[in-house]
Amino acid sequence: MSDTTNQLLENLNALACGLFLLTAFGIVAMRQARGCLNLFIAQSLLLAASAALLGLRFDSGHLYGVALVNLISKPIIVPWLLRKTSPAEIYTRREITQALNIPTALTIALALAIGAYFLGIPLANAVGPEFRGPNVPIGIAGLLLGAFTLTVRREALSLLIGLLAMENGAFLAGISIARDLAMLVELAIATDGLIIVFIMGVLVRAVEKHVGTTAVGELASLKEAAAKPAADEVLL
Amino acid sequence: MSVIAILFPPLVAALLVCIPFRKGWVPGVTVVSCLATLILAAQMAWRIAEGGSVTAGLDAAWLNWIAVDGLSALILLLIALVGSTAAIYSVGYMAHEDLAPGKLRLYHTNYNLFIFSMLAIPLIAEPTLVWIVVELTTLCSALLVSFDNTREALEAAWKYVVLSLMGAGIALFGFLVLFAAMRAGGGGTYTWAGLITAAPRMPAILLQTSFLLILIGLGTKVGLVPMHTWLPDAHSQAPSPVCALLSGIETTSILYVILRLFPVMQAVPGAHAETWALVLGLISVGTAAFLLLQVSDYKRMFAFSTVEHMGVILTAVGLGASAADYGAMQQIVNHSVTKSFCFYAAGATLLTVGTREISAVRGLIRRSPFAGTALVFGGLAIAGAPPLAVFLSEFSILKVGLARGHYLATGLLAAFIVIAFFGVMVHVNRMVFGAPENAASESNHTGTQNSRTFHLPFSCRLALVLAAVPVLVLGVYVPKPLHDLLTMAAAALAR
Repeated sequence: MSDTTNQLLENLNALACGLFLLTAFGIVAMRQARGCLNLFIAQSLLLAASAALLGLRFDSGHLYGVALVNLISKPIIVPWLLRKTSPAEIYTRREITQALNIPTALTIALALAIGAYFLGIPLANAVGPEFRGPNVPIGIAGLLLGAFTLTVRREALSLLIGLLAMENGAFLAGISIARDLAMLVELAIATDGLIIVFIMGVLVRAVEKHVGTTAVGELASLKEAAAKPAADEVLL
Repeated sequence: MSVIAILFPPLVAALLVCIPFRKGWVPGVTVVSCLATLILAAQMAWRIAEGGSVTAGLDAAWLNWIAVDGLSALILLLIALVGSTAAIYSVGYMAHEDLAPGKLRLYHTNYNLFIFSMLAIPLIAEPTLVWIVVELTTLCSALLVSFDNTREALEAAWKYVVLSLMGAGIALFGFLVLFAAMRAGGGGTYTWAGLITAAPRMPAILLQTSFLLILIGLGTKVGLVPMHTWLPDAHSQAPSPVCALLSGIETTSILYVILRLFPVMQAVPGAHAETWALVLGLISVGTAAFLLLQVSDYKRMFAFSTVEHMGVILTAVGLGASAADYGAMQQIVNHSVTKSFCFYAAGATLLTVGTREISAVRGLIRRSPFAGTALVFGGLAIAGAPPLAVFLSEFSILKVGLARGHYLATGLLAAFIVIAFFGVMVHVNRMVFGAPENAASESNHTGTQNSRTFHLPFSCRLALVLAAVPVLVLGVYVPKPLHDLLTMAAAALAR
C-alpha cells in the first residue's frame, strides 16, 4: 500500500481513538443509565473501527476478526442480554447523588488521562517504532477511566458499563501492541464479556427482588465495625 | 491417557444434575464426578512425581496450549481433593437447608462449573486463555456466593464480582503487554514454557510493567492487601462448602498464575519480582494478623486467615531460595487442606447455633461436642500449632528466611504469625469453652436448645473426618510421591 494511503489510515485511526477517549469521558459524566449504555455502544463501534483501520494498515486478518466480533457482540448481544436478564428499571434510573459531583469527577478523569499518556509512551516505544499510534496511551486512559467510573458510580448499569469500558480500553491498546493474538483467544474473550453481562444481569435482578433497589453501590452492611452495634443491642 | 479427560467429569455432571430425577440424584452426581476427578488427578500427579510425563494426546501441535508439569499437577490434585470433600459435605449441609429442587439443581450446576473452571487454570499453559478461565471462576462462583439471596449475600457477591472483574481488566492489559514483550523479543510460542525461553530477549520495561499489572490485577482475586476488601465478605457469606472452595483452592489456584511469572522475571536483571512479592506478602500477613484480633464473625475470621496465608506464601516466594520455594509449595498444600477443614467446622457450628456472631456463641462443646472439637482442631491447625500441617510449612519457611539472612522480613513474619495465632485462638477458645456471659438470660433464651445436643448430618461428619486426615498426617510425615511433587513444583518457580 502507498504511503499516502497508510498516512490516511493512520490519521483515521487517530480520529477513532480520539473519539474513543471522548466516549470514555462521557461515561464518567453521564447521569442517565440509558445514556451510559449508548455511549458504551458508541465506544465499542469506535473500537471496532480502530481495529478495522489497523487491520487495513498492517494487512492483518486477525484485526478484522476483532472488529467483527466487537461489532456483533457489544452493540447487539449486550443490550439484548440485559433486556433478558435484568429488570427494566435499570434503564430508567438517573443518579442524582454520585460520590463526586460531575465537574470534580471530570477533573480527576482529565488527570488520569494525562497520566495515562505518560505511562503509555514509554511502553509503546519499547514495543517498536511501528506502534507509535495513539492506541496505547488512549487504551490505558480508557482502562483507568473505566476503573474510575466503578469507584464513583452507585447504579448497577453504570457499574457494569464501567467494567466493560475497562475491557474496551485494554483492547484498544491490545490491538496495536498484540495484534496477532490467536483468534481463539479473541473469541473466548468476547464470549467472556457476554457471560459477565449475563451473570451481573442475574445478580441485579436478585438484588432488585430481595433488597428492592438497583443502586447496588449503596449496599454497605458488611464491615468489621458494623457488627458491633448489633452486638450491643443484643446485650441491651 | 489425555490430560483433558480430567475436565469431563465436572462438565458432564453440570449437565446431568439438570435432569429431574430421584431425591439423592443431584448431590450424588456431584460427589461421583468429584471423586472421579480426584482419581484422575491423583493418577496424573503420581505419574509426574515418578518422573514420567503426561500429554494432551490427540494432535499435540494444535493443543500446545495444554501442558501439565509438577506445579500444575500439584494444584490439580488440591482442587480435586478439596472439591471432593466439599461435595460430600454439601450433601448433608444442603439437605439441612431444605431447598426447592430447582434451587438445589442451580447450586450443583454452578458447583460443577466452578470446579471445571478451576481445573482448567493449571491445565492451560497459554496466558491469555488462563486469564479467561480465571474470569470464568469468578463468574461461575458469583451465584454460589449470592446463593442465600439475603441482603448481605447479594452485597458480598456484587463486591466479589465487581472487584474481581476490575482486577481482571487490569490483568488483561498485563497479559497483552506480556504478549507484546514476547513479540518484541523475537517471538516464540506464547505459553509459560515459551515465555521462560524467550525472557532474556524481552524488553525489561515491558516485562516489568506486565508483571506489576498482573500482580495487582490477579492479586485482587487472591486477596492481597490492599485489594482484599471483598474477600472476607464473599468468603463468609457463601454457603460453607462453597467457602471451603473459595478460600481453600480458588485463591491458591489464582496465586499459581502469579507464581508462573517468577521464572520469567528472573531472566531480567534488577526486575525485583521477589522484592514485590516480599513487600506485598508481608503487608498482607501483617494487616490480616491485626484484623484477626477484632473480627466479630467467625467465618470472617477464617477468611482473614486466608489473606494471612496468601501473604505467607508470597513472602516465602519472595525470600528467593529454592528451599523457601519448597516451603511455599508445602504451605499451599497445607493451607488448602486445613482451610477447607476450618470452613467445614465453621459450617457445622453455623448449623448447630444458627448465628455467625462470635459473641453469641459460648460453650459450643456442650451443645455439640463434635462441632466444638472440630472448631478447636481447625483453629489450632490453621493458626499453626504443632504438630499439625501448617506449623511444619511455616516453620520451614522461617528457618530458610533466617538461614538466608533476611532477619527483618523473617522477624516480622514470625511476629505476625504469632499475633494471628492469638487472634484465632482467643475467639475459638471463647466460642467453644467459654461460659455464657449472662447465664440467666442465656438459659431463658436458648434453654431448650442447650439441653439437647445437636446432631450433625452424617455426610458433614464424614467430610470433616476425611478432611482432618491430611491435616494430621502432613504435620508429621510428607509421603515420598508428594515430596517429589513438591520438589518439582518448587523447581518450576526458578529458572
